[in-house]
Amino acid sequence: MEFVLLIFLPVIASLFVPILFSKLKGIHTGWFVLLVPFFLFVYYSGFLKMTSTGGHALSKIDWIPSLGISFVSYIDGLSLLFTLLITGIGSLVVLYSIFYLDKERERLNHFYVYLLIFMSAMLGVVQSDNIISLYLFWELTSISSFLLIGYWNTRERSRLGALKSMMITVFGGLMMLGGFVLLGIMGNTFSIRELIANVSSFSDHGLFVLALVLILLGAFTKSAQFPFHIWLPDAMEAPTPVSAYLHSATMVKAGLYLVARFTPIFATSEVWVWTVTGIGLLTLFWGSFFAVKQTDLKAILAFSTISQLGLIMSLLGAASVAYHTDETIFKLAAFAAIFHLVNHAVFKGSLFMVAGIVDHETGTRDIRKLGGLMSIMPISFTIAFIGSMSMAGLPPFGGFLSKEMFLDAMLALQHFDQFNFSTLGILLPIVAWVASVFTFVYSFYFVFKTFTGRKREDDLPRTPHEAPVGMLVSPSILAVLVIAIFFIPNVVGKWLVKPAVIAIQPNLYSSPADVNVTVTAWHGFDYPALWLTVAIIAIGSVLFFTLAKWQKLYAIQPEYLSLNSFYDSLMTFSEKGTNRLSRFYMTGLIRTYLLYMFGAISVMTIATLFMKNAFVVNMNSFSEVSLYGVLTAIILLVAVAMVLLAKTRLAAIIALGAVGYSVALFFVIFKAPDLALTQLVIETVSVALFLLAFQHLPSLNSHGEKKRTKLVNAIIAGSVGIMVTLIALSAHSQKLIPSISNYYKETVATKAGGGNIVNVILVDYRGFDTLFEIAVLSIAGIAVLGMIRLRLAKKERSDEIK
Amino acid sequence: MKSNDVILQTATKVVFFIIFIFSIHIFFAGHYAPGGGFVGGLLTTGALVLLLLAFDLETVQKALPFNFTIVTGIGLLLSLGTAAGSIFFNVPFFTHAFDHFDLPLFGDTSLHTAMIFDAGVYLVVVGAALTIIQTIGGDS
Repeated sequence: MEFVLLIFLPVIASLFVPILFSKLKGIHTGWFVLLVPFFLFVYYSGFLKMTSTGGHALSKIDWIPSLGISFVSYIDGLSLLFTLLITGIGSLVVLYSIFYLDKERERLNHFYVYLLIFMSAMLGVVQSDNIISLYLFWELTSISSFLLIGYWNTRERSRLGALKSMMITVFGGLMMLGGFVLLGIMGNTFSIRELIANVSSFSDHGLFVLALVLILLGAFTKSAQFPFHIWLPDAMEAPTPVSAYLHSATMVKAGLYLVARFTPIFATSEVWVWTVTGIGLLTLFWGSFFAVKQTDLKAILAFSTISQLGLIMSLLGAASVAYHTDETIFKLAAFAAIFHLVNHAVFKGSLFMVAGIVDHETGTRDIRKLGGLMSIMPISFTIAFIGSMSMAGLPPFGGFLSKEMFLDAMLALQHFDQFNFSTLGILLPIVAWVASVFTFVYSFYFVFKTFTGRKREDDLPRTPHEAPVGMLVSPSILAVLVIAIFFIPNVVGKWLVKPAVIAIQPNLYSSPADVNVTVTAWHGFDYPALWLTVAIIAIGSVLFFTLAKWQKLYAIQPEYLSLNSFYDSLMTFSEKGTNRLSRFYMTGLIRTYLLYMFGAISVMTIATLFMKNAFVVNMNSFSEVSLYGVLTAIILLVAVAMVLLAKTRLAAIIALGAVGYSVALFFVIFKAPDLALTQLVIETVSVALFLLAFQHLPSLNSHGEKKRTKLVNAIIAGSVGIMVTLIALSAHSQKLIPSISNYYKETVATKAGGGNIVNVILVDYRGFDTLFEIAVLSIAGIAVLGMIRLRLAKKERSDEIK
Repeated sequence: MKSNDVILQTATKVVFFIIFIFSIHIFFAGHYAPGGGFVGGLLTTGALVLLLLAFDLETVQKALPFNFTIVTGIGLLLSLGTAAGSIFFNVPFFTHAFDHFDLPLFGDTSLHTAMIFDAGVYLVVVGAALTIIQTIGGDS
């Protein structure tokens, strides 16, 4: 079986969700949904053996072969790791959601459909080898995230948060598409593997850096890197299972995946190394610093996610330094990045679930109202404690190991002697260390402010009690994993991390066994990262215990200087600005629009005609002027003059009808019976139509136009007439390409089985035109119907109000 | 548009059918002689407009109880269906087929899928024009 089809399994499964929801009301829909990620997790686990030896698997179905676009599922260590995270955490989250979302009150049919769409999209992002289909899935994750954040769509904050995330991530996605197209043009392929293989042929291309920046914009917006991180805290309006799944464990890591996947292509560039490392560290600092300011449990976690994503991003930046130097520490950085990514997904998933439990059982997430829950919710506390300590980077939890590797890599960066790292590089470990201190503080803040201290049951909307067992299962599994990773890091390393590392640094290794990393918790007393950790604990503890004294400092930053208010004013400005712009030229008067159209057409056409030297008149090819022709022309001119001079609308319409009929006469003279017939009938019908419509219009002379307006109208009308005449003359005078008439003449009977060329053109040769014309005609009919019905409805409503 | 013109009304009763039958003729003649779905549809519209002028909107609506919006939709579907039908025979979109048949009463007749397409055009023209005329005419 082509396993690329499995990407679509969740989407296909989502088709059944509404049916299951409405038919089997007794059973929570989540139980059925759970089967999907669980099956996929088991299935994809089967690939572990292959990737652990450096192998990969490929499955492909064509989508648009003529453009080189296909669905390719490429499973190597990196994509398998993400796939297992998506399906594994996905299963746990669905299990958790069964107890979190009430089957009576919630619209589960919507929720699980969105969640399954997201699952497919995410699998597509991490498995696609074709960048165009990768982009498709990428945007699909944005859209499903939008739907999930806005799931409680009656709350205004949900809607705003959803819109914000959509705006920012789709902006990034579009930039990324631009980068992908540039890459596709430079490398002449859309396949990532092929791009990696011939990167040397285009890495000095002028557009290389532009493509790099555009793709990084996509990655940074998705992974909530500074300054695009502002959407993530607002995304916390989503139901907590969604926050745990999309906004900490999987979707926000798509940006990291992208950076990791494209490292072999871009790592040789200085811009890449600086941007990825620098923005990563800045985000790490920014997120951890502002996490302490938050009072909402989920907001703390959101900022901590931002900061941890920054940490992994900076490690990926350090990993790309390995392309420039031989120092082993930068080879370690890739390992550390992936290792921390796994750790983060595990501990942050559990923390979000605990935050959800606290919210669910107490009715609030405000940390100022919470406290002393330890005795009431001992299991939740234990889980939260394990997760937080791992996040703070303390032993014996998984986070400690990757955190030390991170500090190690950052210390090493100052010894890297290219790209000005030797001078500016000293800043990097300092920023990293300060950020780690704040990480320590917010980890403690999160767990101890919630679970220890004074009980404030009066402040809580609900009487707190421990969560049901089912809700605790998923976070417990994750908490056990957090500890397990600490004790068996090298097993995780062998099966998950090392196979992924070779995808980031394929130039260094040929198989996962070559990645010469053994994770140990103890390196001896002369290990600098150890002392950094000790210092973090010391300073962090001091800061945590004096928190009440200095937390007020955050209030110094005025609201109008925040990035959020910048975003808000940008949105208001673009809305108002575009409104003002369109109100400037959209006057609501059809004649103004006709003026624009006719003016533009005649100017452009006449200009082209003369610029291209296309105006030729050849008198010889003119046919003779007959008496009938002259008479008809005179009638035509008289009728036109009558239209212009008519005092009433009725007279004008009738004169217009006369114009039409005399044109029909011309068709008769020039032997075009089909056209003549059509023209005659259409003239009849349209005069009737005009009569109907003009009944409703005010009398003709009530406009009171100024002389200037009339003059402009006359000029434009004249120039349209001149344009048509000039084109007709030139078209008749020169035959640049052989006429198609002969082809019609020859094939009308044999190929089209007809006798009347005009009609065969309409229904066969140029059937597309006719099809679209009747579509337009239908739309026009429906539009008229709609406009008049709407107006009537509005009138009735305003009458009722009166 | 209440009208009480006896001569017009009497004449219309006859002329309407003449125009209508002529429009049907022109529609079928289309492929070999001047005519076709578009002109045919317009002629029928013209006949209906004549009815509208001679009698009033309600009378015509009672006599011809069609929802012309739906007529438009049917026409559009018919045309699109004919065009799309070809892909089921593994030929490009819009490939027409035709052949000669020996039908009783008509003799040797050429039947063409283009005619079905044209019938769609006919219905759309009648439907859209009448929708517009009825809504504008009915709006006071």
